[in-house]
Amino acid sequence: MRQPINEAKNDPKFQKELTDLLNNYANRPSLLYHAKRMSDDLGGAQIYFKREDLNHTGAHKINNVIGQALLAKRLGKTRLIAETGAGQHGVATATIAALFGMSCEIYMGKMDTDRQKLNVYRMELLGAKVHSVTSGSMVLKDAINAAMQEWASRVDDTFYVIGSAVGPHPFPEMVRDFQSVISREARAQILKETGKLPDAIVACVGGGSNAIGSFAEFINDPSVQLIGCEAAGRGVDTDQTAATLERGSTGIFHGMKSVFLQDKFGQIDKVYSISAGLDYPGVGPEHAALNASGRAQYVGITDDEAVDAFEYIAKTEGIIAAIESSHAVAYVEKMAPKMRKDQVIICTLSGRGDKDVASIAKYRGVDINE
Amino acid sequence: MSELAKVFQNKKAFIGFVVADDPDADSTVKNVVALAEGGADLVELGIPFSDPVADGPVIQEADLRAFKVGVTPDKIFEIVAAIRKETTVPLVFLTYLNIVFKYGYDKFCARCQKLGVSGLIIPDMPYEEKGDLAPIAAKYAVDLIPLVTPTSGHRIEKIVKHATGFIYVVSSMGVTGTRNTIKTDLHQLIQQIRQYTDTPTAIGFGVHTPEQASELGAIADGVIVGSAIVKLVAQNGTNAAPALKKYAQEMKAALPVLSAE
Ligand SMILES: Cc1ncc(COP(=O)(O)O)c(C=O)c1O
Repeated sequence: MRQPINEAKNDPKFQKELTDLLNNYANRPSLLYHAKRMSDDLGGAQIYFKREDLNHTGAHKINNVIGQALLAKRLGKTRLIAETGAGQHGVATATIAALFGMSCEIYMGKMDTDRQKLNVYRMELLGAKVHSVTSGSMVLKDAINAAMQEWASRVDDTFYVIGSAVGPHPFPEMVRDFQSVISREARAQILKETGKLPDAIVACVGGGSNAIGSFAEFINDPSVQLIGCEAAGRGVDTDQTAATLERGSTGIFHGMKSVFLQDKFGQIDKVYSISAGLDYPGVGPEHAALNASGRAQYVGITDDEAVDAFEYIAKTEGIIAAIESSHAVAYVEKMAPKMRKDQVIICTLSGRGDKDVASIAKYRGVDINE
Repeated sequence: MSELAKVFQNKKAFIGFVVADDPDADSTVKNVVALAEGGADLVELGIPFSDPVADGPVIQEADLRAFKVGVTPDKIFEIVAAIRKETTVPLVFLTYLNIVFKYGYDKFCARCQKLGVSGLIIPDMPYEEKGDLAPIAAKYAVDLIPLVTPTSGHRIEKIVKHATGFIYVVSSMGVTGTRNTIKTDLHQLIQQIRQYTDTPTAIGFGVHTPEQASELGAIADGVIVGSAIVKLVAQNGTNAAPALKKYAQEMKAALPVLSAE
């Protein structure tokens, strides 16, 4: 894997194909949008949203999928498999498989196929086969287990398109590189708009791909604060949480040494969050390192706070953001009022929230079933 | 020569697997003793993990039974101590890396050596991580048993070159569980391995009948049976020992006999 990745990275033809698909198929560059109403309402920092929700298929996931699918093609593979939590990565993979004429199978925990039915059907429309995974706690980590098993049993024609910056080396770095387009664009856009670097970058963290992609080009700018928002579920201090970096400890799982939610014997915890895309018991190794060095800070956002933010950004900015991204918005609501009006926060809206409307209604006790 | 290499000396080895603490500690001791009495040359004890990615449903269910009675690594070391009062059969652990990592590599391997556990099989060990564990395991004479799969391809040399104990040859891709047919050209796979090492080989994943034992025993130095034994444990609960002993006898009898040199 390492060698073909490096070769592709340095091959101008590969880069040209990648850029072409990102720009002409996935709708990049994505907007950097100045959320003036929200900035005024909160009364502090100027808030900019990096609009990954406007990408084709509605999330940042497509950036990485296009890159990996091009690699798969280069390696002569004809079949893509992937795990998915919220379904966004599965939808992106199914989309590119359709575009490339490849067959596609998606692994998704049964809990998630139940709460993200719309995305399941969307993947099927795109020609993918969706496997509902019933082992373990039936969420994202179990879907990864199933996809890894399937990959181990069929490598000849199959490429495993991993959905986040996790897994064995060199997957995390590869995913970071493909997602770095977010901060590469954002850096140029904010410099053009304000003439200076932002004060803070805020992004939600599941496995950590949109966050590492949002941080990457700012890591060497010490004045830029980097903040990752994890899903605290019912609270960081409860056992119904997915706040890995706040509560976890070092372990080795899914092929990587990183921080995981686990018991003292090394059994991986069942995790919980209202957000199917964030309830992963680990985090990419680069986030573990950024946390340990103090270069980035990680905070937990509860279900309640995320749902409030989901509604708040809808009403103040007319944007229905993914429940995952709403975790980042919730933190922006907390930090912006404490900052000066000439300071700038860039918050990555990793995806759109259409997929979440039904579960938010349910959370609020509203019955929207026809 | 390592304890494990001796297992394969002048004979084809039958290797049985049970999940430790399935369905409870006492039964595990009895089951291991029964396998040894039936002729098992080596017993693998599975240490349950929350996410057993290499295991099929039969072993996953056994893990759940063990969790139900509160299995922990320390409890398993107690089980091993109890086994050691009854039998000297060589033992290895099959588990996942995070269990060993959390216990502490040094402490874990030290206890293995003290209780006579001669090796570790860790299906989810990333190659990079082996560098940290290997010197510690070597210090306590605990062999790290590498797994070679039909898709290991050009990595085989790297995987087996410095292998000690034995080499676990995975018969076919996928997870543990009984299979009626094994399609891999195991003959060729084992030839490939033998280009790089004299360390014995044992074939596992999907093996369950005496016919397979006879056939695969002619190709490799031993056969490994997991799910078929764990199924017997599931069916017989706390009284599986007689069935395990009988099964081990049948499998051992089916293995080819090496002519004494
Ligand atoms: C919209 C959206 N944001 C964020 C995530 C979390 O993933 P990551 O941390 O890799 O960006 C997901 C995952 O499904 C998602 O769909």
